[in-house]
Amino acid sequence: MKLHEFQAKGRFAAAGLAVPRGIVAKKPKQVGKAFKKLGSPLAVVKAQIHAGGRGKAGGVKLVRSAEEAEGVAKALLGKPLVTPQNAPEGTVVRQVLVEEGLPILKEYYAAVLLDRRAEAPVLMVSAEGGMDIEEVAATRPHAILREVIDPVAGLYDFQARRLVYQLGVPADLVRGFTSVLKGLAQVFQRDDASLVEVNPLVTTTDGRVVCLDGKMTLDDNALFRHKDLQALRDESEEDPTELKARAAGLSYVKLDGNIGCLVNGAGLAMATMDIIKLEGGEPANFLDVGGSASAEQVKTAFSIILEDPNVKGILVNIFGGIMRCDIVAQGVVEATRALGLQVPLVVRLHGSNMEEGRKILADSGLEITAAKDMGDAARKIVKAVS
Amino acid sequence: MSILVDKSTRVITQGITGEYGKLHTLACRDYGTKIVGGVTPGRGGTDVSGIPVFDTVSAAVAKTRANTTMIFVPAPFAADAVQEAAEAGIELIVCITEGIPALDEARMKRAVTAAGARMIGPNCPGIISPREKAKVGIMPGFIHRPGGIGVVSRSGTLTYEAVWQLSSRRLGQSTCIGIGGDPVIGTTHIDALKLFQEDPATDAILMIGEIGGTAEEEAAAFVRDHVTKPVVGFVAGRTAPPGKRMGHAGAIIAGGKGTAAEKMAAMRDAGILVAESPADLGATMVEALARGPRRRKVVAKPAAKKSAAKKSAAKKGVAKKAAARKPAAKKSAKKASAKKAAKRVAGGRKK
Repeated sequence: MKLHEFQAKGRFAAAGLAVPRGIVAKKPKQVGKAFKKLGSPLAVVKAQIHAGGRGKAGGVKLVRSAEEAEGVAKALLGKPLVTPQNAPEGTVVRQVLVEEGLPILKEYYAAVLLDRRAEAPVLMVSAEGGMDIEEVAATRPHAILREVIDPVAGLYDFQARRLVYQLGVPADLVRGFTSVLKGLAQVFQRDDASLVEVNPLVTTTDGRVVCLDGKMTLDDNALFRHKDLQALRDESEEDPTELKARAAGLSYVKLDGNIGCLVNGAGLAMATMDIIKLEGGEPANFLDVGGSASAEQVKTAFSIILEDPNVKGILVNIFGGIMRCDIVAQGVVEATRALGLQVPLVVRLHGSNMEEGRKILADSGLEITAAKDMGDAARKIVKAVS
Repeated sequence: MSILVDKSTRVITQGITGEYGKLHTLACRDYGTKIVGGVTPGRGGTDVSGIPVFDTVSAAVAKTRANTTMIFVPAPFAADAVQEAAEAGIELIVCITEGIPALDEARMKRAVTAAGARMIGPNCPGIISPREKAKVGIMPGFIHRPGGIGVVSRSGTLTYEAVWQLSSRRLGQSTCIGIGGDPVIGTTHIDALKLFQEDPATDAILMIGEIGGTAEEEAAAFVRDHVTKPVVGFVAGRTAPPGKRMGHAGAIIAGGKGTAAEKMAAMRDAGILVAESPADLGATMVEALARGPRRRKVVAKPAAKKSAAKKSAAKKGVAKKAAARKPAAKKSAKKASAKKAAKRVAGGRKK
């Protein structure tokens, strides 16, 4: 689950980290007022959307008067912002963050994320802040410094100090910088984040270390123990179909093709998408009904797949282990009837109770094409939609 | 023979009184697994279909001499359950539970390693050794048959698909391990490859990966340097879009890294026979067996002394050499040894 910049900064501030003074606004008028309230000769208006790359897309603007602030807000609010990282149609800006300008001395980069190879969180810093960090990583990997964080004890003081000295932070800012790095590691652990990123983290001419930007992603698996953070979810940023699927306990990702897929298990679901492509078709979605789906869930899965108007055919690929093929078949038949399915349907069932399952499909009197294996299923559905 | 679990494996189930815990524990017992007990705090002294239940893992171990546990405890409490098992001296911890927070997984891994135990999973189907009638997991037992193929995979149902393709070609399995699809896991591809290479009952290896992370690339490098048995590879998710999590927490292409194309290329470079289609897993294994052993084992000693830079240069050389050697090896070894190997694997090993 992603947080907005202002929400991430709220988490930082709650951990005692310095962030610029700022006000969130949803209307251009409020933006003008916010500028006056901040009382800073220079302010910045920042579009609050989940996608990165906002600066390059024109979603972050410096303003010097309330009128200018209002003008920028008018241009941003209610309109889609297309960044290098979001969908081609962009994301509609629903709110902006107005922040005071700061006298910046130098920009740094800091992030905490889970490193799969280290099997632990790592703190990454760089003196090349404000840049595209992936580019820095690709071209000058030595410019990124790392410390592995003990998942039990957290980041040790000496680790934070080591990074700060390696970065060459001015002597009078060493203490402040060290405590910011420790704070970021604490935010990551306390909130069960999967990413905390500050780019840039700045030092100011008046001797402060401030998180000028903030990006946070939370571990969905850990939200059960963070009731307060659940309220920060902005569903308007998410695909409505994906939301509906999640509510039903299904894992769904929309793709660009025209063959809907209903599969049990994430690996088999990906493999099913792959084989459709290999046979010359294009998958319309990833959909994992899980290991123990009920007939009702199968029905929901069908309705979710059919919400996509591009879907011209559906492939069901079930390898029953825990899941019994007869139950899946029952769900398929019920869904086909209830939804008045108009597109070709190819079903491949294998595993527990597969004979019973196949019989249910054959006896249903519905136009369901049975397939004997994955390859056969993919060929049949690709042929049916072409 | 097999790896990690066999006839002598003594298994307890943590979370045995839950719906799934009970269902799968009984399925494992029906398959032939030595289920010696279960643990559910507060239910000590009761039993589940004749299987004694204990309040703590320590009590279960003291009474039953269990050396393996299968964990079905719900995600919020799973990390604690794993730690409890590790501290109680359990040697093999098979964690089926899915949806465990990543930081908990990192803590679990440290605790298991510190205790000198081994973990499989979490978020995995478990492990099965068909000839040994040992099943510690949720896979359907009936699709397996005894034989000489070692299977290691990040997936659940895709592993069943692979096993079925093998079994229907009369290619039995020595042991199948589902290592799980999460970012932090106990037993890795490399751990499993090492065990299969050393296992005399394993003749060839099927390795199934997924998008995300670099575990497949590292495993491919390990195969190149240390595995002589034929290896077949597959990577699911070549059509997955970047930045989207494909069901498994670990299956995500992040920052352009972790694509199926990269992983398959790394496998090919290492001399692994890659199945292009998930429908060809069994057929590709038949082909790999016909080709025979990958090549002679690389002697590890001189390589260890080389500097890092030299090593990588040497590796490239070795890879080239191996590639050059392949056609010749094919000619000479193909008919005799390949036929024999295929026959051996197909028939399974009779006792």
